[in-house]
Amino acid sequence: MSRSPLSRRQFLGASGAALVTGLAGCSAGEGGTSTDTASSTDTLKIGVLEDQSGNFALVGDPKAKASMLAIEEINANGGIDGKQIETFQRDPQSDNQRYQELTRTAINEENVDALWAGYSSATREAIRPIIDRNEQLYFYTTQYEGGVCDEFTFAVGPTARQQLGIVLPYLVEEFGPDIYTIAADYNFGQLSADWVKVLANENDANVLGEEFIPLSESSFGSTINRIQEADPDFVMSMLVGANHTSFYEQKASAGLDIPIGTSTAMAQGYEHRRLDPPAMANIYAGVNYMEEVPTESNTGDGGFVDRYFEMYPDAPYLNEEAETNYFSTYMYKKAVEQAGTTEQPEVIDALESGIELGTEEAPEAPEGETIRLDGATHHVDHHMWIMRADEEHNIEAVENRQIPETFLSETAGCNLPENPEQTQYTPVDYYEEAE
Amino acid sequence: MVNGINLALQFLDSFAFIVLAAAGLAIIFGIMGVINLAHGEFILIGAYTATLAVTQLGLPLVVAMLVGGLVTGLFGILTERVIISGAWPNYVSQRTLGRDIIEPLYDRLADSMVATFGLSLILTQGARIRFGNSIDQIATPFGAISYGEFSYSSYRIVLAGVSIGLLLVTYYLFTRTDFGMRARATIQDKQTAQAMGVNTDRMYMLTFGIGSSLAGLTGALFAPVISMQPTLGDQFLVEAFVAVVVGGPSVVLGTALSGGVLGAILATFSNLYGTFIGRIALLVAALIALRFLPNGITGFIDQLRKRRQESD
Repeated sequence: MSRSPLSRRQFLGASGAALVTGLAGCSAGEGGTSTDTASSTDTLKIGVLEDQSGNFALVGDPKAKASMLAIEEINANGGIDGKQIETFQRDPQSDNQRYQELTRTAINEENVDALWAGYSSATREAIRPIIDRNEQLYFYTTQYEGGVCDEFTFAVGPTARQQLGIVLPYLVEEFGPDIYTIAADYNFGQLSADWVKVLANENDANVLGEEFIPLSESSFGSTINRIQEADPDFVMSMLVGANHTSFYEQKASAGLDIPIGTSTAMAQGYEHRRLDPPAMANIYAGVNYMEEVPTESNTGDGGFVDRYFEMYPDAPYLNEEAETNYFSTYMYKKAVEQAGTTEQPEVIDALESGIELGTEEAPEAPEGETIRLDGATHHVDHHMWIMRADEEHNIEAVENRQIPETFLSETAGCNLPENPEQTQYTPVDYYEEAE
Repeated sequence: MVNGINLALQFLDSFAFIVLAAAGLAIIFGIMGVINLAHGEFILIGAYTATLAVTQLGLPLVVAMLVGGLVTGLFGILTERVIISGAWPNYVSQRTLGRDIIEPLYDRLADSMVATFGLSLILTQGARIRFGNSIDQIATPFGAISYGEFSYSSYRIVLAGVSIGLLLVTYYLFTRTDFGMRARATIQDKQTAQAMGVNTDRMYMLTFGIGSSLAGLTGALFAPVISMQPTLGDQFLVEAFVAVVVGGPSVVLGTALSGGVLGAILATFSNLYGTFIGRIALLVAALIALRFLPNGITGFIDQLRKRRQESD
């Protein structure tokens, strides 16, 4: 088995750290096997509930893997404030009811200090009441429609306003103002489509038509005909899940040759690797991360990609949400060290002070440069990219810049440290054109 | 507003999808009284086999598709021998314990549902464990045809042709051949058929194999156009069951007729009002059919025929 020089260094560091903490663990462990008092001073527990089977397995599995990578790295480098991380990891099987059960278990029986859970917005909304009732520190790491202003939830994935906000204006400028929207038929798709209307209005474009497609649907013949009939300049696609992937193959084979902007394709389900070219030709993804993002900390020697595939050689792809799980674990680490305790109210206070990654003492996030957690809204000022696939499915970065989450802070006025609340704001409340 | 060619092509597409999804299920249910809830996973086996045969072995697409159907057919025979009829486990248990351990599942609707549901869970999870959450997909062949501002995948039109061809072959097999006569005799009256020298046990095995290989062929045919992942069979299940229920007892005619009727409804509504409404219309049509034609379209035709004979 061959190792790169950097990983050998890491390996040495890891074994050294493991030796030290192993000894520490021995001395503490002598007190008995009780997990609540003795070990809580030397360890902390992180809950990771991500889909490894079911409809979201393809996109959820890398999240679980990336969390484990971050935890292993942190443990190997001495843990958080000297505390080793224990994990409570289960597979909720893309089933919201199972999510609710496991969330209760994680909080009430496992006493997790922080919880990472859930791929879809439907899942997040299914478990958020449990989170809030138990005042549990919770990280939701999927890119999503935006608007969650919740004192216990840190929605650290990019929002529709960030993702669509970078890609939509670019496509209007490049191809013209007429848009056709297709989206998955649940809260994420509906709200994202509203955002397309808001952004279209802000960029002097117009939405010719929109169609919402059930998650179980995999035949897109009539959708393709309807797009051709409307004859837009480009399509905005917020299709989600394995069944909807069929759309891209079908539109290519039907000869529908049109630019497509998306917040969901490629970065999550790596369609450009799974489908034969040219299914994904001319698709522009507005994302904070893809495996191909050309930053030094990502694709450089010994970077995020190298470390991930060293730990998981058989993993197919490193997706957008995996990166979010990864860096948010480091954000949590920094917050605990700043707070000097794992007590959740103090850690939340520390997170709200505006944790940054990419500074001297914290690692750079793979998506690029400095990223900052906005304490007022619990969202992240992401470094956003437009990634385009060509005829051969090669990926190039078209544009990139840091985009703060402005809907909650500027439009909805969410300020959690001053006004703790548990609301999800929607664009319909603030924009006429979203109605 | 609706382009006539669009509607016609959309109809052919829906027709092919419904007929192909239902064909294998209809044969196994219509002839053996077994509800195969693993039907979707048989489609999965066909789709994965064909895809892997192209990407791993480099076989030509058409050959790979036939291999997909064949492998699924063999798997169906294995399933029938082990789970549905229990012939092989019973052969062993007769020689060791001196008695049968498995009661055949023929005409035991609820029991066959539970057994095949278990099989479907095992197959889905097995595919996930063996191949991961997805496998690389092959491209759709044949390109597209254009008309005016519209274009349509040629492969979709080929699929419609293939579905009609399959219906004709199945019809020929069950009405014009010796095998078909024996199979139908087995359905109508098992005891009499046995008395006349038909090996009903073998008929069951072969019929299950044919039904399975049709499911596998369906998967192989759709492999280039749907997303390759372990739950892909689910996409076919609703249409397949609706088509079988609406079609009624006559396997081939029922499948063809319900494919025609439901395909027309699905195509018209999804073309006019979008995919979601198309789905709703399909389910509403199934509800109405169940309320007014409880024995399906072919059951209704039978009833009419009988009534006419009585009045003569």
